[in-house]
Amino acid sequence: MNLILRPVAAEFSKILTTRMWWILALVLFGYIALIACGLAALFGGLDSGAISPDAVNSGGGTAGLTGLGSIPPLIYSFAASVGYVFPVLLGALATTGEFRHQTLTPTFLATPKRGRVLGAKTVALIVMGAALGVVALAASVGIGALVLGGFGIDPLLADGETWGLIGRTVLAMAVWAVIGVGLGVLVPSQVASIVIVLAFTQFIEPLLRFASTFTQITADIGKFLPGAASDALVGESFFTLASPGGAVLTSWQGGLVLLAYGLLATAAGYFISWKRDVT
Amino acid sequence: MPLGAVIEFTNITKKFGQVTAVNDLSFTVEPGRVTGFLGPNGAGKTTTLRMLLGLVAPTSGTATFGGLRYRDLARPLNTVGAALEAANFHPGRTAAHHLGVYTTAAGIPRTRVAEVLHTVGLAEHATQRVGGYSLGMRQRLGLAYSLLGDPGVLVLDEPINGLDPEGIKWIRGFLSSMAAEGRTVLVSSHLLSEVQQSVDDVIIIAKGELVHSGPLSSLDTDIAPQVIVDSPDRDALVTALTEAGLAFTSGRTGLIVAVPDPGQVGHIAFAAGVELNVLHRQKAGLEDSFLALVEGGDSL
Repeated sequence: MNLILRPVAAEFSKILTTRMWWILALVLFGYIALIACGLAALFGGLDSGAISPDAVNSGGGTAGLTGLGSIPPLIYSFAASVGYVFPVLLGALATTGEFRHQTLTPTFLATPKRGRVLGAKTVALIVMGAALGVVALAASVGIGALVLGGFGIDPLLADGETWGLIGRTVLAMAVWAVIGVGLGVLVPSQVASIVIVLAFTQFIEPLLRFASTFTQITADIGKFLPGAASDALVGESFFTLASPGGAVLTSWQGGLVLLAYGLLATAAGYFISWKRDVT
Repeated sequence: MPLGAVIEFTNITKKFGQVTAVNDLSFTVEPGRVTGFLGPNGAGKTTTLRMLLGLVAPTSGTATFGGLRYRDLARPLNTVGAALEAANFHPGRTAAHHLGVYTTAAGIPRTRVAEVLHTVGLAEHATQRVGGYSLGMRQRLGLAYSLLGDPGVLVLDEPINGLDPEGIKWIRGFLSSMAAEGRTVLVSSHLLSEVQQSVDDVIIIAKGELVHSGPLSSLDTDIAPQVIVDSPDRDALVTALTEAGLAFTSGRTGLIVAVPDPGQVGHIAFAAGVELNVLHRQKAGLEDSFLALVEGGDSL
């Protein structure tokens, strides 16, 4: 145990000794399992003829939906494209909780080098975010593959590309937790932080991403939105399927853009709130 | 046995915008003694202590432990133990987990958690969530946190607030025993009477400025001290005091004589053959001079 590892271990201990992490994990699992189960049943039903294709009005982006080869990864990708809110919330709650419950005082007394504490929190949340990624995948891949298999569709679990997707999903969820930490230090008010997370991820960003596809110029900007970058990193999402022709980043570009959001927010928050007087 | 370090404030000043909360404070706190840091609410005590602990950045000046700033201490929790207020907890965490987080952060053996909880009398509430704690229990938990590293210096902000009489009695004995072991003990309070039984030295501030520092007895000088005396035969006592030429007034619990020495009054009564059932020095004198200091701002 040295000066770097001790604060990291303390941050893990903070997360694991309150109830929030497993409540979020439980809700995440249920939510993703529901979506994966429903969609796998829908596509499975269409494929097996149990549901007539005429009964489905699939709107604009039908191209990807009929090519059955892409259906399992699409269902698996819901782990990140829907579940990413959960690591953001966990990161934001871990940070804003320190302000709200005034635990910054005992924290900074035990570790007076404040940058070290924020670094430790970021490291701990990367691991927790990855763990939430595993939980989300257990729902999307576990439940999704089971239902697809039930309809006689190959869940592609032997496919290397599927496992690539799984690995990139874990990575994306880890980086989203860093963004949560960054948001928490930028906006230390817990209520404001949660409102921003929910409003931005559930409403503002989807609208912006949709609107940005209207012209080439806005599309070139829109692909840098965090959700678009995350989808690019994972490599598959219902959103990119629903906006055919939309500009996308490559996988590694998406990952770097997403990480940049997290690190920039954390660094800015360090100066805005973390270094301030604790009164 | 950890050794106490000298706490030294040098010209420390804190301004919040236009408001000067602490103005050019300089004083030292010695090991082996309990030092009361006194002043009315809003005098700047908490801000001063937070500057000492590196939580608030001073506008100018320094505060050190044996010459080192808090953030430069190699093992802060093993050098300085601090309890600042009774609300630094996540309500959903148990007391043992709360303390465990910080033993992990500071590299202190986990066994200390049970030890300090036992010391402050919370052993049987160790696995209870802190959200259900009373104010007095939170005070004790804050104190437990300060003791984790068995530090040579204790800095406690209003530790007596919210304690029941039994707790107050306990903490007084506790502070004295810590100082007797050679530790530096700095305790803030807005009430002199709350700490006067346990402090050796006092630092008094008002409106962010130092108004007095010295041993507790130094408060006991200029403001006219008084002796309370009473007898089953009060008329005889009145006659004796009048004949001795002492000025006195009649109070609820006896006669209030305007002399500092109870022995002098006792001798007069003895010489006159008057039986006494009350003879003591008026203790409110300390509180009176404390109030005169923080209100008037005059030095003794």
